[in-house]
Amino acid sequence: MKSDIYHQDKHIDSEIDIIEQTVSSEYKYGFVTNIEADEAPPGLSEDIIRFISSKKNEPEWMLEWRLKAFKQWQKMEEPNWAHIKYPRVNYQDIIYYSAPKQKVKPGSIEEVDPELRKTFDKLGISLEEQKRISGVAVDVVMDSVSIATTFKTQLSELGIIFCSMSEAIQKHPDLVRKYLSSVVPASDNYFAALNSAVFSDGSFCYIPKNTRCPMELSTYFRINAQNSGQFERTLIIAEEGSYVSYLEGCTAPKRDENQLHAAVVELIAMERAEIKYSTVQNWFPGDKDGNGGIYNFVTKRGLCKGDYSKISWAQVETGSAITWKYPSVILKGDYSVGEFYSVAVTNHFQQADTGTKMSHLGKHTKSRIVSKGISAGKSQNSYRGLVHVGKNALNARNFSQCDSMLLGDKCGAHTFPYIEVKNNTAIVEHEATTSKIGEDQLFYCNQRGIDTETAVALIINGFAREVMNKLPMEFAVEAKKLLAVSLEGSVG
Amino acid sequence: MNMDLIRDRMLAFKHNEDGVGFSKIRSEAIDLFEQVGIPTSRNEEWKYTRLGGLFQSPFTFPEMSMEVIEYSANYLPGHDTANIIVFVDGVYSSVQSKVTSKGLQIMSLEEGHKKYPSFVEAHLGDSQRYIQDGIIALNTALIHGGVFIFAEKGKLIDKPLYIYHLVGCQRNNMLSQPRSLVHIAPGAQLQIVETYVSIGQKESLTNEVMEVIVEEGALFDYVKIQHDAVHANHLGTTYIRQIGKSVVHTVNLTFQGKLVRNNIQIIMEAMHSEAYLYGLYVQDDKMHVDNHTVVDNRVPNCYSNELYKGVLTGHSTGVFNGKIFVREDAQKINAFQSNKNILLSETATINTKPQLEIYADDVKCSHGCTVGRLDEEGLFYLQSRGVSEGVAKALMLHSFMMDVLEQIKDVELREYIDQLIVNKLHLS
Amino acid sequence: MLRIKDLQAGIEGKQILKGINLEIGAGEVHAIMGPNGSGKSTLASVLAGRPEYEVTGGSVTFNGKDLLEFSPEARAGEGLFLAFQYPVEIPGLSTTNFIKTAVNEVRKYRGQQELDAVSFLKVMKEKMKLMEMDQALLTRALNEGFSGGEKKRNEIFQMAMLEPKLAVLDETDSGLDIDAIRIVSDGVNKFRSKDNAVLAITHYQRLLDYIVPDFVHVLYNGRIVKSGSKELALELEERGYDFIKNEIKEEAAA
Repeated sequence: MKSDIYHQDKHIDSEIDIIEQTVSSEYKYGFVTNIEADEAPPGLSEDIIRFISSKKNEPEWMLEWRLKAFKQWQKMEEPNWAHIKYPRVNYQDIIYYSAPKQKVKPGSIEEVDPELRKTFDKLGISLEEQKRISGVAVDVVMDSVSIATTFKTQLSELGIIFCSMSEAIQKHPDLVRKYLSSVVPASDNYFAALNSAVFSDGSFCYIPKNTRCPMELSTYFRINAQNSGQFERTLIIAEEGSYVSYLEGCTAPKRDENQLHAAVVELIAMERAEIKYSTVQNWFPGDKDGNGGIYNFVTKRGLCKGDYSKISWAQVETGSAITWKYPSVILKGDYSVGEFYSVAVTNHFQQADTGTKMSHLGKHTKSRIVSKGISAGKSQNSYRGLVHVGKNALNARNFSQCDSMLLGDKCGAHTFPYIEVKNNTAIVEHEATTSKIGEDQLFYCNQRGIDTETAVALIINGFAREVMNKLPMEFAVEAKKLLAVSLEGSVG
Repeated sequence: MNMDLIRDRMLAFKHNEDGVGFSKIRSEAIDLFEQVGIPTSRNEEWKYTRLGGLFQSPFTFPEMSMEVIEYSANYLPGHDTANIIVFVDGVYSSVQSKVTSKGLQIMSLEEGHKKYPSFVEAHLGDSQRYIQDGIIALNTALIHGGVFIFAEKGKLIDKPLYIYHLVGCQRNNMLSQPRSLVHIAPGAQLQIVETYVSIGQKESLTNEVMEVIVEEGALFDYVKIQHDAVHANHLGTTYIRQIGKSVVHTVNLTFQGKLVRNNIQIIMEAMHSEAYLYGLYVQDDKMHVDNHTVVDNRVPNCYSNELYKGVLTGHSTGVFNGKIFVREDAQKINAFQSNKNILLSETATINTKPQLEIYADDVKCSHGCTVGRLDEEGLFYLQSRGVSEGVAKALMLHSFMMDVLEQIKDVELREYIDQLIVNKLHLS
Repeated sequence: MLRIKDLQAGIEGKQILKGINLEIGAGEVHAIMGPNGSGKSTLASVLAGRPEYEVTGGSVTFNGKDLLEFSPEARAGEGLFLAFQYPVEIPGLSTTNFIKTAVNEVRKYRGQQELDAVSFLKVMKEKMKLMEMDQALLTRALNEGFSGGEKKRNEIFQMAMLEPKLAVLDETDSGLDIDAIRIVSDGVNKFRSKDNAVLAITHYQRLLDYIVPDFVHVLYNGRIVKSGSKELALELEERGYDFIKNEIKEEAAA
C-alpha cells in the first residue's frame, strides 16, 4: 500500500535525520570569563621557566628541578605510536603561564574576585562551603593557578593536607621533595617532561596514617585564557592504613584553536592504604566540524607501594578533541590491587587513545580492567592497555574486559591490548567485543512505547553500567547526564 | 651480515638485467629498504622481536649453482605421491621438484612471467604494496630463483603440494630468501604444506615471501611446519589475497628454530569469503617465536575465525600479534580471534597483542586471550586416578592443543605432526 | 477495536500475508493457530510495526485510527502490546529502569502525568503480587541470562504494567514447560477485562486450555482459512494441520 510504503521511508528518513542531528548537542560550558590575566609571553625557554618559578616564589631546588626536566624534554621526541592524528603542536606558540588577576591574594573564599565566583557558580561549582553538598572539599584551578580550596580547616584538624601545589611547595617542601616525580619521573615521556618543566599549579593531598578522609576531595580544572596551555600537577599520598576518594572535573571555553592540556597525576599508596581516583573529563571536544578542542595529553600513574594497598581509577571521558591518557598502577606491594574502570565516548571528530597499564611486580597482586568505548559521528576511539607481569610477580591475576559500541558507520573502534607475562604462575585473561546497538533491541524498546532516542540512551547506560557504578554517587548522576548529552542524536 | 653487504648485493641486482622485467619491482624495493631499513623495536609491528642481532653476524648469500641435499629423513608422509617443490638455499631447484597432479603447474618465476606476463606483473610484489616492511623489501629487492605455482581453473588438485626449503649451512651462515607466487584460479583447490630443513652447524636465516592469489570459488589450504634446526632463524611472510569469494584455511605450526617470525596476512576482498587461521607454537630453550596475523576485511559479509595456541617452557619467548581490520563500509563482518597460552616454566615469557581495528558499525567481532599454567585441579584429578604426573601433563597439554591439531585435515599429516609434538615435549 | 482488512505484507520482497481479514472487539480473546511458516509471527510483527516488514496492501484500524500510520512506539502508546516470541536482551539495563521508562513514555503519550519513583514502585509492587513476579528478576539486567520461562513472565508483567487495550501474544507458550505455561496464562487471565482484548498466536492447542478463546482462526499460507469457536482448536489438535491442508486442496480441486 502506497501510504504505508511512504510511511516506512519516512521512518528510515527520520532515523537518518537523528544521526545527522548529532550537531545539535551543544557544549554548554563553552563560555569565556572576562577577567584580566597575568600572562607570560608565548613560547618556551629557560627564561619562561625562571619566570614561572619566580612568579610562584619557588625555592631554588624547585627551579633546578624544572630546568633539569626542560633539558630532558628538549632531547625527547613527541610520541607517535598512538592511534591519533593531529597537526604538529608548535610549542613556541603556547602561553605557559596565565593567572586570573586578582587585586589582592584572597585570604578566604569570600575574597575571591566576584567575576570568578560567578564563573564557577555557572559551572555548578560553588565556592561557598555552606552551599555545597556536604562531604566534598574542592580545589579550584583556573588556567595556571589554584583559585580556592574549600574545607581546609576541617580537614587539617584530622591532619589531612589538601591545598594547591604552589602552597604545598611553600608549606610542605619536605613532602613535595620526597614524593614529587617519584612515580612519574620527568623523563617518563614527552608530555610528562613538558609538564615538569612548566607546571604552574594543581592539587596536593596528604592523608596521614590510619586516617579515613571523611569527605570526597575534588579538584575542578578550568581553562579560560586564549592560547594558553594548562599544565597542572597533582600529588596524592596516602599513608599506611588511610583512605581517600578523589574526584576530578574539567571544562574549557569553546575556542576555534586547539589548546593543550598536559597534566601529571601521581598517587602513592602505602601499606593497606586505598586511593580511589575518579575523573569526569569534559574538556571542550571541538565543534561538529572538528574545529578547536583540547588536546589532552595526560600522564596518570599510581604506585601501590605498600603491601595490601589498593588504587582504583574510574573515568568518564566525554571531552577533548584528542585524548592520550593511560591511568596506570604499579603493583609493587605484595597483595596490592589495581583497578581501572573507564567509559570513553567520542563523537564528531574526536579521537581518543586511552586505556591503562597494570604492572604486576609484587607477589599475589591483582588487577581488573573494565573499559567501555562508545564511538559516534566520525570519531575514532581506541583502547590501548598493557598488562605486565614481571619475573618475580608470583600468582599475579588480571582480568580485562574491553567492549566497544559503534553508533553510525563513519566512526571507528579499536582495541590494542598488550599482554606481557614473564611468570608462569600468572593468570591473565582478556576479552573484548565490538558491536552496535541491535535493531531488535531498538524495536523491543519502541514496542514498549519508548522512542528511539530514549532507547539509545537506555542501552548505552546499560552498556556502561559496570563503570558508572564505580563512580561516587554525585559524580555518577553528572556522568550519566553527560553521556546522554555527548551522544545526543547520534543514533537512529 | 652487515648492511653494507646487503646494499652491495642490492646494487649488483639493480644493474643486473638478467631476470625478465623484475628490475622495476626490485628497484622499488631497494628504495623502500633504503628508506625503512631493517625494522627496529620502535616499530609497533616489531615491538617484541629484535632483529638487530641477526643482521650483525655475517651471512653468505646463496650462489646460483646449487648442490643436491639429501633430506629423506625429513620427508613428509605421502612424499612419494605428493607434488614436490624443493628450494635449495632459497633458490627453486627444478631438478628436485616434481608434479604428479593434473591441473597443477610449477615453474620458475621467470618462466611464469614469460607464460603469464599479465598475471605475474599484476601480482608479484603485492605484499610490498600492502605493507611497508623492511624485511619484505629485502626479499623483493633480491628476487631471484623464485617459483610460480598455478592451480588451473576448476581443478581440484588431488595431492598436496609439499614445499621443502633446504638450506646448507655446513660452512657459512646462510641467508636464503625463497620467493613464490601462487595463483589459484577460479574453482580450483590446492593444499600447500611447507617445511624447512637446515643442514649443517652454522646459522641459517631464511627470509621468505609467498604471495597467494585466490580467485572466485577457490579453496586454499595451507600448512606451515616450522621444525627446523635449533640454530635456524626464520622470517616468513605469507600474503594471501582473496580476490574472489573463496575459502582460505591456514595452520601455522612452530616447534623448533632459534628466532621465528611468521606473518600471515589475509586480505578479504570479495564478499562472503571465509578465512580460518590456526596456529600452534611449542617452544623450549631460548626459542623466540613471533606469530603475526592480519585479517583485513575490506568488503561486507565476510567471516573469519582465528585460534592460536602456545605452550612455552625453558627460557623461551612467545609473541602473538593478531590484527583484525574491518574497513569502512565492510558491514556484517563476523570476525573472531582467540589466543591461549600455557607457561610451563618460570622463565618463559609471552607477549600477546590481539587487536581489533574497526571502522564499520554493523559487525560482530571479538577477541580474547588467556595466559596461565596447566590447570592444577585437572592435573591433581588425573593423578588421583593413578596417572603419573608426567603422563597427566602430557594428556592435558595434548588436549589443550587438540582443537588446533584437528584442523589438519589429512590424517597421516596430523599423526606426523602429533608425533613431532610428543617428541618435542618428551612426553612419549 | 481492531479491524484488519485484506492485509498483505512481506519481508525482503517476499509476500507472506496474502490478504488477512480479522475483527477483534473489546473483551474478546482470539486465537490464531497455524502450521510453521503460515505467517503467524509476521502478522504479529506487522501489527507492532517491525521495520523490516513491508505492508503492500490492505488496512488495519485500531480504535478507529489507521494503525499502520503510527511508529512502533506510538502504537504502544495507542494501546497495542506485543509479547515477543524471543524477548530481547539489553545488557546492563535493569528491568525496573526499563519498565519505568516505558510506563512513563506511554503515560506521556496518553496525556497522563508521569509517575515519580515512589508511585511507580507502588504500582509495580501491586502488579508484582498480582502476576506472582519475582522481585529478584526485576533488579537484573533486562532479559540477560533469564531462562525461557522468566523471559515470558517478564513479557506478561510488562503487559500488566503498560495496561494495553490489545495484547498480542506471539507464541508465548513456545519452549515453556507446563508449569510455566500455567503461570503465564494466569497472568494473562488476570489482565483480561471487558475493555481489552487478547490475540494469542500459537502453534499448539495446549495454551488455549488456560487462555480460553472466544474465537479460533486457522492461518495457512498467508490467509485465514477457517474460523470457529474453541472447539476448532481441539479438532486441530486431534486431527493435525493436515486436515486443513487437505480441505483446502479439496476446495481448490472443486
